[in-house]
Amino acid sequence: MYMKQLSVFMENREGRLEEVLAVLKNNKVNIASLSLADTNEFGILRMLVNKPEAAYNALKRNGFSSKLTDVLAVKLSHRVGMLQELLEAICEVHINIEYMYALSTGGDDASMVLKTSDLEATEKTLRDKGVEIITPEEIGLDFD
Amino acid sequence: MIWNETKECMSRDEKIVLQSARLVKTVDRVYHNVPFYRKKMQSIGIEPGDVRGVEDLHILPFTTKADLRDNYPFGLFAVPQSEIVRVHASSGTTGKATVVGYTRKDLEIWSECVARALIMAGVTRDDIIQVAYGYGLFTGGLGAHGGAEKLGATVVPMSTGNTKKLTTMMVDFGVTAIACTPSYLLHIAETLEESGEIDKIRLKTAVCGAEPWTDNMRRQMEERLHIHAHDIYGLSEVMGPGVSCDCEFHQGLHVYDDHFLPEIIQPDTLAAVEDGETGELVFTTITKEGLPLLRYRTRDLTSITYETCECGRTLPRISRFKGRSDDMLIIRGVNVFPSQIESALLEMGETTPHYMMIVDRVNNLDTLEVQVEVGENFFSDEIRELEKLTKKISHVLQQAIGLAVKVKLVEPKSIERSMGKAVHVIDKRHLV
Repeated sequence: MYMKQLSVFMENREGRLEEVLAVLKNNKVNIASLSLADTNEFGILRMLVNKPEAAYNALKRNGFSSKLTDVLAVKLSHRVGMLQELLEAICEVHINIEYMYALSTGGDDASMVLKTSDLEATEKTLRDKGVEIITPEEIGLDFD
Repeated sequence: MIWNETKECMSRDEKIVLQSARLVKTVDRVYHNVPFYRKKMQSIGIEPGDVRGVEDLHILPFTTKADLRDNYPFGLFAVPQSEIVRVHASSGTTGKATVVGYTRKDLEIWSECVARALIMAGVTRDDIIQVAYGYGLFTGGLGAHGGAEKLGATVVPMSTGNTKKLTTMMVDFGVTAIACTPSYLLHIAETLEESGEIDKIRLKTAVCGAEPWTDNMRRQMEERLHIHAHDIYGLSEVMGPGVSCDCEFHQGLHVYDDHFLPEIIQPDTLAAVEDGETGELVFTTITKEGLPLLRYRTRDLTSITYETCECGRTLPRISRFKGRSDDMLIIRGVNVFPSQIESALLEMGETTPHYMMIVDRVNNLDTLEVQVEVGENFFSDEIRELEKLTKKISHVLQQAIGLAVKVKLVEPKSIERSMGKAVHVIDKRHLV
């Protein structure tokens, strides 16, 4: 089960992030998790939101280049070395991680969002390892 | 000093007789040897006999850069290819180059014109001159080289690209003259200042061309390097550097009108303008064998005067250029049209057709940044992909225009949409 991640292209200049968030707010979109990748000149804002399709359309109407991408969210127990073990499993099957960031679920566990070169294989590998894959419903993301 | 006093100080009446004889011959030659001109003249009902002298110049058809392109590569040559001893080429608007060809006699005349320009700028056979224009297809390097050799100066064929070597040799050889673009000369000045060698040079003259510059820049380089700087102008279609140059009085550039007949026209109506009024400069070559051109529209805006100069030359003088009648930019000596950028981007098909060229001058070197809108269809949420795209666009543009381009990805709709003629260029150099 994949998550639909919303990503937005932004120039690296004052006020742009706020403008994106204003569009989301005006369309009653709630953000569950967010990560900002930046370079000298541009940035990519990646988010898990409650209404990805609606959010995507709203951004498009407001002139932003955005995109919906499948990502994998996994639950990790809060203990030392957990993340390393997860990555070790992924490395073993020669999957490359494009990017990852933390997901706040408010519970006792830690969660990560992953984008890899092969999501299907990643999911299978992690399930075999007994890693729990988070569904959108679990974190209150009502997919439309 | 004057290289060819007979031709450069000739009375106006004598000049007209000479020009008329040469023009009649040229018209006859292109009519018989260049199908393009024959058709063009026939279509407006002119025969060679209709042109009896310079007073009939106005009935002849114009030639444009597009005509050269349409007849790529050798279609406008007026001699068999075996007579052509050299070709040069400049980057064209559609990826194809504009090719020009020279016979042995053309090269001799070219060298003579450059020699006239150099001596006008105070260079003599006792000088050591570094030619720091690019050598190769560009006319700058070999053109200046030929003239300097003709003059008998000691020529150091530096070309471009290694400023450190250039400044070292300038000091070690006791170089007294240099030919290069004005922006490169300022860069050289800076390098010399930084290395503390500025007081060790013996440079006294610079002959700069291939890109527009201002009197301000001239004063700046004269003060910093303790030299006299002169403006040399030319274009490959007409010959290359050495079509005109300014003397020590800096009252405009002397045109060698015993070889190149200048006209100034209104770019819209194509009608002649009065002497002293600004218009587009047009040249008819009257001694060229390889590629003679009738009324070639340079697109450079200037004005002309036939008053005798304080230096004694009767050659007409054109003022410093006041801009272009088309949208061509000269960046680091390279001719760039916004349409080249546009067609290269469209060909890639990965970006929106909206782009903006930002031309600037940083540390005296021209820079070109092209802003491209990131359309939704090629937006990737991976930095790596976007950086790959930036590199690809930059590579494609560099191939198209022959100049390093910095590409900046910008958000959709962030480049201003224009209701009328689209604005694609912001030139921050303030040259005109």
